[in-house]
Formats: sequence, C-alpha cells, structure tokens
Amino acid sequence: MARSVTPRRKAMFTIFAWAIGLIIFFPILWTILTSFKTEADAIAYPPKFLFFNWTLENYVVVQERSNYMHYLWNSVVIAGGSTILGIIVAVPAAWSMAFVPSARTKDILMWMLSTKMLPAVGVLYPMYLIFIKLGWLDTKIGLVVVLMLINLPIIIWMLYTYFKEIPGEILEAARMDGASLKEEILYVLTPMAIPGIASTILLNVILAWNESFWTLNLTAANAGPLTAFIASYSSPEGLFYAKLSAASTMAIAPILIMGWFSQKQLVRGLTFGAVK
Amino acid sequence: MGQITLDKVTKKFGDVQVIPPLDLTIEEGEFVVFVGPSGCGKSTLLRLIAGLEDVSSGQIRIDGKDATAIPPSKRGLAMVFQSYALYPHMSVRKNIAFPLRMAGLSKEEQDKKVMAAASVLNLTDYLERKPGQLSGGQRQRVAIGRSIVREPAAFLFDEPLSNLDAALRVNMRLEISELHNSLKTTMIYVTHDQVEAMTMADKIVVLRAGNIEQVGGPLELYQRPRNTFVAGFIGSPKMNLIEGTEAAKHNAKTIGIRPEHIGISPTEGTWKGRIGVSEHLGSDTFFHVHDTGLADTITVRAGGEVNLRHGNTIYLTPEADKMHRFGADGLRID
Repeated sequence: MARSVTPRRKAMFTIFAWAIGLIIFFPILWTILTSFKTEADAIAYPPKFLFFNWTLENYVVVQERSNYMHYLWNSVVIAGGSTILGIIVAVPAAWSMAFVPSARTKDILMWMLSTKMLPAVGVLYPMYLIFIKLGWLDTKIGLVVVLMLINLPIIIWMLYTYFKEIPGEILEAARMDGASLKEEILYVLTPMAIPGIASTILLNVILAWNESFWTLNLTAANAGPLTAFIASYSSPEGLFYAKLSAASTMAIAPILIMGWFSQKQLVRGLTFGAVK
Repeated sequence: MGQITLDKVTKKFGDVQVIPPLDLTIEEGEFVVFVGPSGCGKSTLLRLIAGLEDVSSGQIRIDGKDATAIPPSKRGLAMVFQSYALYPHMSVRKNIAFPLRMAGLSKEEQDKKVMAAASVLNLTDYLERKPGQLSGGQRQRVAIGRSIVREPAAFLFDEPLSNLDAALRVNMRLEISELHNSLKTTMIYVTHDQVEAMTMADKIVVLRAGNIEQVGGPLELYQRPRNTFVAGFIGSPKMNLIEGTEAAKHNAKTIGIRPEHIGISPTEGTWKGRIGVSEHLGSDTFFHVHDTGLADTITVRAGGEVNLRHGNTIYLTPEADKMHRFGADGLRID
C-alpha cells in the first residue's frame, strides 16, 4: 500500500527540509554578508543581518593588499593537476580491480582506504623532510603530487564502484568482436563510464580545492593556493572579520559556482550503485 | 573452416577442478549442443573454446591450428551471450558494425555488410535505435547480427534464449536453426534445456560435473542412453527409472521405461497403481501414478482424451522392446 501523504504533512516536511538546508548554508551566507559590511558592522552586537551599510570596500582592500589572481591560478593548477594525474593512475588500477580481481583485491582496497584514516599531521615531519630533499617546498608540483596521493584512494574507490556496475560480458563481447585491450578500454569501457569519471573528477577537484592542511604547511608565498590566501587574513594582531570574509568569499566563489552547476552530476556520482 | 578439437583440456579454479581431462571433436558445419544441469561446466567449456578463460592444461585446436594461447579477439569465433551484451552507448548499426570496425574494414564495406545482416534479421527499421529502446527478441537479433557480419569460423551461443518468454523462445529457436541451415557454419550452443538440445542439435554433448556423459545425435541419445544420467536427462517428461525386484527380473540394477512407452488400461496390465496428478496438455495427458510398488511415481503418457481421473486405479503395461537396462555401475546393458 502506498503511504498517504496529506498536504499538511507535506508542508511540514518542506519547512523542515528548508530549515535544515538554511542551517547548513548559514555559515556561507553569513560569510558572504559580512564581506559587504564595514569592520565596525561586522563585529556589531546585536549582529546586523541585512540592514547595514553595504560596501565593496573590503574587496578593494583585499585586491590591493594581495594578488588574488596569483592564488587563484595556483589553486586551479593544484586542484586540476592532482585530479588529472589521479585519474590517469586510477583508471587502469580500478579497471584491473573490477575486471581481473585477485584473491587480495578486496584487502588492497581496504588498505588503501585505511590510509585515509591516518591523521595527516602524523606524517607531516617525514613529508616535510622529503620535500626539503626533493626541493619541492613551496612548489606547485609538490602539492600536485601530494594531493593526488591523498585523494587517490577515493578516486580509485569511486571508479571501482562505477566499473563494477558495467557488465563484464560487454567487455568480453568486445574481446570476441576483435577489440584489443586498448580498443576495449577506449571504445567500450570509457564511453560507458564517462558519467562516473566525470563525477569523480568533480568531487576530487572540490576536495583538492578545499584541502588546507598540506597546502598551508608546505607552501609560502610562491605556490600558495586560495587556502593560503584566506589564512593570510586571519592575523594574530587583530581580526578583520569583514576582510577575512571578503577573502573567503573570493576563495570559495569559483568552486561554489562549479558545484552549483554540476550538482546533478555530483549527487548521481555519490549515490551511484547505492540504488539500482 | 570451423573444425574445433579439444585435446585433454582441463580447467581448474583454484583447487577445484571444473573440467577433468576432456577430449572432443566438433566437425566443420556441425550444430553441437552442450547440455547438462547447472554447474556441470558447459558454460566454462564454451568460454575455454572462446578464449575468455585460459585452459589449465591440454590443447584447443581450431582448424588444426593450436589456438590454446591465442587471445579471444584473434580466434575468429563469434559469441552470443545470455545477456546479449550489446554496447548500450552505440546504435544498432554501430553495434553490428563494431567487429567490422575492429577488423579495419572501410566505411562502405561496413555499411554493406550491416545492411545485409539487418535485412536477414528484420532489423532494417531499427538501425538508428539504441539497444535500450528494443524488445528482448530484437536485442537478441542484434547480438546475432553482430556475430554473423564478421563471418566467423564458428558461432558460440551461451544460453541465448533463457531471457526470452516461452513463445519468443520457440520462434528464435527456429530462426537460429534456419540460420544454421543457410550459413552452414559450425555452431556450438550451450543450454540447460534438453528440449532446445533435442530440437536444434546435429550432435548433443551431455555433461555432468565437467565430464562428458555421452555424445551423439538427438535420437541416438533418446533411444540408446549410455547411462542412467543421460536416460533421466534426455526426454520430456523424464524416463521412469525403476530399481529393486522388478529390475532384478530383467537381470539389471535399474530398468528405464519412457512415459510414452507404457500402455494403460482401466482393467488389466502388468503393473497396478493409483492416479495422482494428471496433466492435460490437450494433445497428450500425463498421469503421475502412485502406489505401484516400483518407484514413488511412475509417469505415463495417454492420448488427449481419456476417461481416467485423480484417484482411479490404473493398469500399466511397458513395451518390452522399449525397455532400457542398466547395471550396478549405471551403464547401459545391451
């Protein structure tokens, strides 16, 4: 029997869902609003919600004080580079785990995931020393490699889940039809997995964009991405909430816009395999 | 083209031997059916021939050439899968053309062959559709179309009809048989359905636990089953197998008599029993007879219209020359 949903119940659910949504979104909304306040309004008590002197002054100051485009470019290179590199490594790995599994495949997958459970700070010293040896401190290449490595388990897991959904018989059919391994992956597997690969790329760009532990600890002025840009506004001498908010808004805007346009793809990617 | 020889082929998955050493020759142009209960290794055997699984030992020869180490793409065989395994992102035209594209044929040649195959299989109107927009029977035709365009040395069918409904299955069975008559290419067909085996095959290979129980023409298997397994597997309904004193009377461990070889009468006969379930098919009626003292149930065939029903006493008389005798080892005694 279908569950009966009265209009009243429906209205209550809608209000509840909006309330939860607003609570989750509130910090971002507050940051954006604060970025348009004067420093005095930003710390005013009781807080001013919409009725304050709207100003773009913070953005002007932030832009004068630091080169936003420089940080933005670093973020794009690091997030994009680590994701592309990760996909190149992960596609063959996930292919072999999904279609030619060995007795140990499941264990390897679990082991890879377990590396995500390690507190990053636990390996900060060795990583720092390795970076010094390699001359990678404050370089984009260093961060591309590190972020690729820390997100690789997630990339492989996501692609593995996607590939598992593709019936092996279709790949066998391609083999019977005379396709070489390269042709099988190129003409049959990849076109069928494109939605999965796309959502994996999206999610990993977001993760890499927002990553702040390694980006803050391993960079300075040269290779610092937008996370370093924000951090430079939280100074110990005194808090400039409005300017910090302006910097934060500028840092999250690109990824927020990208996420907004691709939300359908993202949700599909994250729930794929959970529901048939 | 199209002779396939298996020479002492074995297959192990880990420590489990699925196929013990097995020899088999499939002649050019033959329609061979591998039949057996599920888990008997028939699909594995087909996949070994296809090259989708590697043999653990032994040799597979295609037209006299050792093909054991040749990858599936180079064996020149075509396969039709149970799930059809069509490429969901390609149109019907591209699906059928895929093997030709892999073989590096020109666009014009591809088109010509696709059109020829499509007209044979009544697919001309569907060429631009995606597999998702087709019915089960149409998908099956596309899968067959994809396998015939490349003119393979042999066709391999892995339970191709089991996803279709009963009426469509009978139609496709005829279409595949007609295809074999017109192409005269070797076909190897795997099924668990002995009716499919009997109706389509030139030669049936009955398998159990990876062992070949018997190889022969449909009528040969029906008339002279080599052992009790084949006797019970081939024929529908199943042959009645009787052990004990009645079998001893015929100097056998087991005697077998098919439902269609038992005469019935309401008044007199060799064996006496009581009718349990009766199945009326119109042309035939099958009685399941209990309390005969021979076996739990004896199945007999009667004409379409008989005046006997549930609970009635019935007398059965086996046709003596149609009786099969089997020894203690289960093998046929002649």
